[in-house]
Amino acid sequence: MNDTVDLNRMRDTAFTAQVEALSGQNISACYQCGNCTAGCPAGFAYDVQVSQIMRGVQLGLKDRVLRSRSLWMCLSCSTCSQRCPNNIDVAAVMETLRHMARKAGIVSVPKMEKFWLSFLNTVRLFGRSHEIGTMVLYMLRSLRLHTDVDLAPTALAKGKLGLLPHIPPGGAEPVERIFTRYKERAQREGVRP
Amino acid sequence: MKYAYYPGCSAKGSSKDYEMSTQAVCRQLDMVLEEIPGWNCCGSTPAHAVDTELSAALCARNLDIAARQGAQLLLTPCPSCLSNLRAAAQRMEKPTFRQRVNELLDEPAAETFPEVISVMQAIAREKENLVKRVRLSLKGVRLAAYYGCLMSRPAERMRFEDPENPLLMENLLAACGAEMVDFPLKTACCGAAFGIPERAMTARNSGRILELAVRLGVDAIVTACPLCQMNLDLRQTQAGRAFETRFHMPVIYYTQALGLALGFTQRELGLHKLAVSAEGLLNKLDGLRRAPAAEGGQS
Repeated sequence: MNDTVDLNRMRDTAFTAQVEALSGQNISACYQCGNCTAGCPAGFAYDVQVSQIMRGVQLGLKDRVLRSRSLWMCLSCSTCSQRCPNNIDVAAVMETLRHMARKAGIVSVPKMEKFWLSFLNTVRLFGRSHEIGTMVLYMLRSLRLHTDVDLAPTALAKGKLGLLPHIPPGGAEPVERIFTRYKERAQREGVRP
Repeated sequence: MKYAYYPGCSAKGSSKDYEMSTQAVCRQLDMVLEEIPGWNCCGSTPAHAVDTELSAALCARNLDIAARQGAQLLLTPCPSCLSNLRAAAQRMEKPTFRQRVNELLDEPAAETFPEVISVMQAIAREKENLVKRVRLSLKGVRLAAYYGCLMSRPAERMRFEDPENPLLMENLLAACGAEMVDFPLKTACCGAAFGIPERAMTARNSGRILELAVRLGVDAIVTACPLCQMNLDLRQTQAGRAFETRFHMPVIYYTQALGLALGFTQRELGLHKLAVSAEGLLNKLDGLRRAPAAEGGQS
């Protein structure tokens, strides 16, 4: 990966303000102490470390930041936010960036999105999440047909996986309507639902 | 006392044992947990990872049901549900956000919501009652309390003790006689929902927690989160493979530990549902029970 950053060509100054507005965080307060990166349990799987992402946002390196795989590998554990000496909710910034990337159609780790959408599909269908349903939908979407088959015998024997979904009394329709309205609105607004 | 109760989806699937033991312990403490009618999934991590308004709408529907029941307080056993429900309530204080969320609902949500707290916090309010009802002291049992990352963080959302050093679980279990070790990874992340799409993430993070527990020589890890429990228990072999070892560390819910102290049977607490058997711990307890009273068997 090329580490040279051409600040004249690559900066998008509106980006910084946009991230600050959407996340409600004062990004200019970051002085690059690196505490967030030091405590991040997902950092080993990041292409750009979280403190570097913060710097990238300050510099307006929109493309570089939104294409980062790290946005999708963040565990949302908020260790970074807890340890920031300037009280920046760093995890909220990471989440905001992921939302911005998705809305712009940039999904750098598609399997993560596939997994989330599989889970949400079961919620839309049944009103409550369904573990086996999530697995099956995810396998189909990602074509990973061996995912976790090793766990199935134990999980089933221990009665830990409900074969049938658990639908709320009164049905799943009220929840389905939430998803329908959400999708329709996203389409109206021209963003990825 | 009666409480409005949001069990969360895991209670009906992968964490039936958490649900069984939570109900058992609360019953014994005269806490009646009443499920709010027609509740739906809070959306968990996938919903907020995709869109904050969608996540809030799924939560707001539940908060609205509880509000319409006249509940002042809503209890949930699951830290992820707790986090999402609290986040939605907090974000909906902002009128523009509330408006956007209401657009997704059948009708606008109630103006005020009940406060959502963890079942653990409600049990802690009954600590005196708990101590009085201990039938089998856990003295002699060495446990590590593991909270996971969501229960106490982000701090200003969760308002759950010290965000990196909560002690609530230790206090409850110590009150039942258990020896609680200092567990530095108590709020570290277990790898969350990455177990399916990115197994290395979960294996590595859970493995670290298991490894430390082994080194500290505890009889079990005690947890409060269905996903943490699954990662540490059901996925323990995967974590072991990543660490080139075989762990054998029972991972039980804190309600199962409290339930043992209150005299419930293994079956009543769902202990037979563990992937990694807690037989060692149970045998030890059995031994302690038979030991002379002076040795601290019976309370």
